[in-house]
Amino acid sequence: MALKLDDVKRAADLARIAVDDAEARAALSQLNDVFKLIAEMQAVDTRGIEPMSHAQDLVQPLRRDAVTETDQHGLFQSVAPHVEGGLYLVPKVIE
Amino acid sequence: MHNATIKSLSADLAARRISSVELTQHFLNRIKALGGKYNCFITLDPDASLKQAQAADRLRASGGGQPLTGIPIAQKDIFCAKGWLTTCGSRILSNFRSPYDAHVVEQLNGAGAVNLGKTNMDEFAMGSSSETSFYGAVRNPWNVDFVPGGSSGGSSAAVAARLAPGAIGTDTGGSIRQPAALSGVCGLKPTYGVVSRYGMIAFASSLDQGGPLARSAEDLALMLNVMAGHDARDSTSLAREREDYARDLGKPVQGLTIGLPDEFFAAGAAPGVVKAVEAAIAEFRKLGCKTVKVTLPNMKLSVPVYYVLAPAEASSNLARYDGVRYGYRAPEYSDLTDLYRRTRSQGFGPEVKRRILIGTYVLSHGYYDAYYIQAQKVRRLIARDFTEAFKSCDVIMGPTSPTTAFRLGEKMSDPVQMYLNDIYTIPANLAGLPGMSIPCGLDEKGLPVGLQVVGGHFAEAKMLGLAHQYQLATDWHLRIPPGCDT
Repeated sequence: MALKLDDVKRAADLARIAVDDAEARAALSQLNDVFKLIAEMQAVDTRGIEPMSHAQDLVQPLRRDAVTETDQHGLFQSVAPHVEGGLYLVPKVIE
Repeated sequence: MHNATIKSLSADLAARRISSVELTQHFLNRIKALGGKYNCFITLDPDASLKQAQAADRLRASGGGQPLTGIPIAQKDIFCAKGWLTTCGSRILSNFRSPYDAHVVEQLNGAGAVNLGKTNMDEFAMGSSSETSFYGAVRNPWNVDFVPGGSSGGSSAAVAARLAPGAIGTDTGGSIRQPAALSGVCGLKPTYGVVSRYGMIAFASSLDQGGPLARSAEDLALMLNVMAGHDARDSTSLAREREDYARDLGKPVQGLTIGLPDEFFAAGAAPGVVKAVEAAIAEFRKLGCKTVKVTLPNMKLSVPVYYVLAPAEASSNLARYDGVRYGYRAPEYSDLTDLYRRTRSQGFGPEVKRRILIGTYVLSHGYYDAYYIQAQKVRRLIARDFTEAFKSCDVIMGPTSPTTAFRLGEKMSDPVQMYLNDIYTIPANLAGLPGMSIPCGLDEKGLPVGLQVVGGHFAEAKMLGLAHQYQLATDWHLRIPPGCDT
């Protein structure tokens, strides 16, 4: 199944990536080549096969519900683009 | 000094014949003189490196130290190193000075190794040629018109050009093994879970694994001994007994069985590659190994499966780059959504955007079962093929890559051609198995060929033993790219 221009634009919108018409058209032809490759896998009969989400059969390790992290917000915010009074600043969202 | 292995440099440091400061300065001088030609480093910090070297010398002087104490190791710029610019080859992290160390970096620091610098790479490790970096393409020391492979191409080129005795890399679909092959060095991707992913910038979390690149199997073992280990901060890090990956280096390989999958030698591999790999296998027979044919019938589905799973995981992992908490932020924007869009559009390069779009699409409503779940099911079929094959052999061997290095720019306009480079390496990632590439010849253009060795889970020591015995009998790993010996 070939992708349409709207599919590319919708995915770009979901991924918060701006694409103009020319970029979307260029992406469309390359993505369709990739999806042609992916189609080989879709034809395989996988009835009764459990999905393999991981390379090892692991159980989720748990830890005690205790504070383990120290407060390093000053250090972490030192690499932020825009900080004031210990807060990350973004454009106003609520009027 | 720059042609010596880590093993012999370590002996020189222990015997106080050289100091780590001399050794580190020697490599920094070489990088200054030759580094620009290959573009294999993104960040150097000679003061920080030399400070670590001085500390290593003090430790050695007081009678302390381990094999890597004082050894300069180049670090792929995907590993967070405290205080160092850590860019992942991307504009979006071009101003990111990491506030913490990756577990692997902690381990190396703890062993007294010196961080020689951060190496260039495909942006977010997405590529097989090291051309998608925001910092420009890396060049192959064997011929600067050719790519070094990727994504750990800065690391492989640095080791090949004798700009570092060893380097660390990461491998999601072949990103250690393929550049090792194309640059003529050794590289090992351990069993998934052996090396912690903490502080290793995430691409596809169910596949990513860190590992060493060096010039001999013995050096890989010394590096892995330091890099491996349980880390509670990575929930997929395996809690296992510490093992010595050098323990089988002296073991005879007689009687070991090598599986040769038809699928690795079928049409597609270049004649020069097949010839060198077959000669290497003949050498293993001379060493007393047996060979047996095996089959991996679903191997051809690896690339399609990978290009669903890896972009899906990447689209989720890369959602964190929003221009708010760290990294690049677009200079102009109207509202919050516009801030995200512009930051991400300007901050990511074309290949990263392509994979985010693929991943977002396959995970989106209505397509999840048809793509993502189906890919996970086929992943299991591929893993089962290996389980079946390992019933009749100890390791599997074949080419690492279907071709030797290709020209810069040759595959950049055709993503599918670029993706097919990894056809022989992706299966081990999908199955979580250890995979290694060692040099085994040169093709008619004088470019290196890599032999791939894949083992069962936790077979690293056995694989390194096999590679070491091969390297005692042959000298392909000692070949030096033209102009790099002085």
